[in-house]
Amino acid sequence: MTLMKTLLGATASLALTAGAALADPALIFDLGGKFDKSFNEAAHNGAQRWGEETGGSYNEIELQSAAQREQALRRFAEAGFNPVITMGFAMADPLSSVAPDYPDTKFVAIDVTWLEAPNVRQIGFAEHEGSYLVGMMAAMASESDTIGFIGGMDIPLIRHFGCGYAQGAKAVNPDIEIIANMTGTTPEAWNDPIKGSELTVNQIAQGADVIYAAAGGTGEAVLRTAADEGILSIGVDSNQNHLFPGKVLTSMLKRVDVAVYDAMKAGEDLETGVFNIGLAENGVGYALDEHNASLVSDEMKATVDAARQQIIDGEISVASYYENDSCPALTF
Amino acid sequence: MERMPSWADALLVPLISLLLAAFISALVIVAIGEDPLAAVVLMVKGSLGSTYGWGYTLYYATNFMFTGLAVAVAFHARMFNIGGEGQAIVGGLGVALVCLYLPLPHWTVALLVATLGAAAFGAAWALIPAWLQAKRGSHIVITTIMFNFIAASLLNYMLVNVLRPPRAQDPATARFPEATNLPTLHELLAPLGIEFSKAAPANVTLILALLACLLVWLLIWRTRLGYEIRAFGHSSTAARYAGINPVRITVLTMLVSGGLAGMMALNTTMGEAERLMLNSVEGAGFIGIAVALMGRSHPLGVLMAAILFGFLYQGGAELALWTSIPRELIVVIQALVILFTGALDNMVRMPLERLFLATRRKKG
Repeated sequence: MTLMKTLLGATASLALTAGAALADPALIFDLGGKFDKSFNEAAHNGAQRWGEETGGSYNEIELQSAAQREQALRRFAEAGFNPVITMGFAMADPLSSVAPDYPDTKFVAIDVTWLEAPNVRQIGFAEHEGSYLVGMMAAMASESDTIGFIGGMDIPLIRHFGCGYAQGAKAVNPDIEIIANMTGTTPEAWNDPIKGSELTVNQIAQGADVIYAAAGGTGEAVLRTAADEGILSIGVDSNQNHLFPGKVLTSMLKRVDVAVYDAMKAGEDLETGVFNIGLAENGVGYALDEHNASLVSDEMKATVDAARQQIIDGEISVASYYENDSCPALTF
Repeated sequence: MERMPSWADALLVPLISLLLAAFISALVIVAIGEDPLAAVVLMVKGSLGSTYGWGYTLYYATNFMFTGLAVAVAFHARMFNIGGEGQAIVGGLGVALVCLYLPLPHWTVALLVATLGAAAFGAAWALIPAWLQAKRGSHIVITTIMFNFIAASLLNYMLVNVLRPPRAQDPATARFPEATNLPTLHELLAPLGIEFSKAAPANVTLILALLACLLVWLLIWRTRLGYEIRAFGHSSTAARYAGINPVRITVLTMLVSGGLAGMMALNTTMGEAERLMLNSVEGAGFIGIAVALMGRSHPLGVLMAAILFGFLYQGGAELALWTSIPRELIVVIQALVILFTGALDNMVRMPLERLFLATRRKKG
């Protein structure tokens, strides 16, 4: 039975390669893999939700090497998948050369906003705005006036998170001390629980009592160590409050799942162009649920919600690390 | 006293090891409810069934040839260069600096200068561990591993803080100038009337890798230095007694080894991406160890093993694209091949040797 199914599956996939116009969507995960408990997993969740709701099917690949980026794009486009959804800024360069070759295919690029391509839907998230809000909450929750930030790999994107966080914290308490560490300089930094845990212990020793982790799979270890040591932590990308109920102050949400779900739902009628999604569009935000309700006081919530509205109205502008390649509130 | 015939040693042993690895892989694939036969067909078709597949297979093979040769050369002097990864990373830095900052009129000139740059940077990265080993006895395995991490940090620093174009989010250099772009096999073979896939990344660096195989063979078996390297590898005390300077041999061998590993970056950086990215080596330095082991440190063996691993990589990509076999399992298949051909080599060789000797004795 299984044999029959897989044989049929194999012929089906061969038929697809032959170019049958079955417009299923396809999803290309970045090197972190789809179960990274963070960025890629959010996309996976969005796609799963679409599949459950519509009964539709989609193809997917977890990339193993950079040379596969262009390969996967071309093979999926040639096989007639539409739209082809890609994760992460590293897809920008391959997309710029592949997208023009397949004008009838629509591509979705998450975390990319700078391409000149008419058939690409580019989605950028204002991570600095969401990080600003959780930075405010960290500063309010801190009793030692020292908070921590643990990034994954030291790349501009992660500095962008840290920069918004520091600005938010300083807005509440200009004298607060912010300790920032990066887990590493290689891709292993996204999945290095031992180092993540060590950095957490180290930051606690320096007095930090709230730590924000923007470190992919490493972040879970940061949250666990913080919970074990009795201090608060802040999760990232997905809602991670439930991992250690009552120990995670909040999570900085980046609604990659919604972006993927929407793209799959729109299918071939997808609108292309550049979309910058921030607080106003609920693309980023902070998580509040039954797991952290006891940690977030009414005053804290009121302050943060007011700041959120001010950012949307343009009364507060959060500096972006990208704009000047440096951060006004934090040096890395 | 007697040994089994060399064809059995060079071909039969790896073949049986491969079959064993394939058998266990098949069991694993059955265990997750997929069809192993369909998987094999997909892998072979996807990597060898079209010029497109070959283009990718040979692209990966080019990487593994360079890193495999790098490890093989060091093996001949009984040194275990685990630093191919770091040497290739730094080699990539050499390629990028040459391509970005030197005015290069044509790809032929660019390839020549970039090769020198890559080899020089890779060799320089191997020089310090080599010198420490030769002069101070610091173990080369430990120092080269540590230098891999230093190389990764150095590259990260250079890309994030120095070479990244302003306001770019991607930690990578700008694209190299048009004139330095290397021709792909499609462009090379078109004048000869051979149709080769346009999309595949295999490029002129493949020819350079084949040339490197030939040159390494000449070096090891046809030059005085090669003789000294082998003599030193067989017995360092005897070599010293014969007047071979151990410091000189250790340093020279590691320079050649590091230079070869550095040249691997030509393929990924100049040939494929046309810019330097953070993760351009992707473990090829470590795969090189398996390639050298399987190829018994002979350039021809390295060449064939590199193509085999190229096949595994491209076949693995096809599995990832068209089946629901998870990525982790593809790594398991690749790891099984490494385990059987590299680490468990003697498990096949010893019984086979006994078998050969037994049949020969019977005849006698």
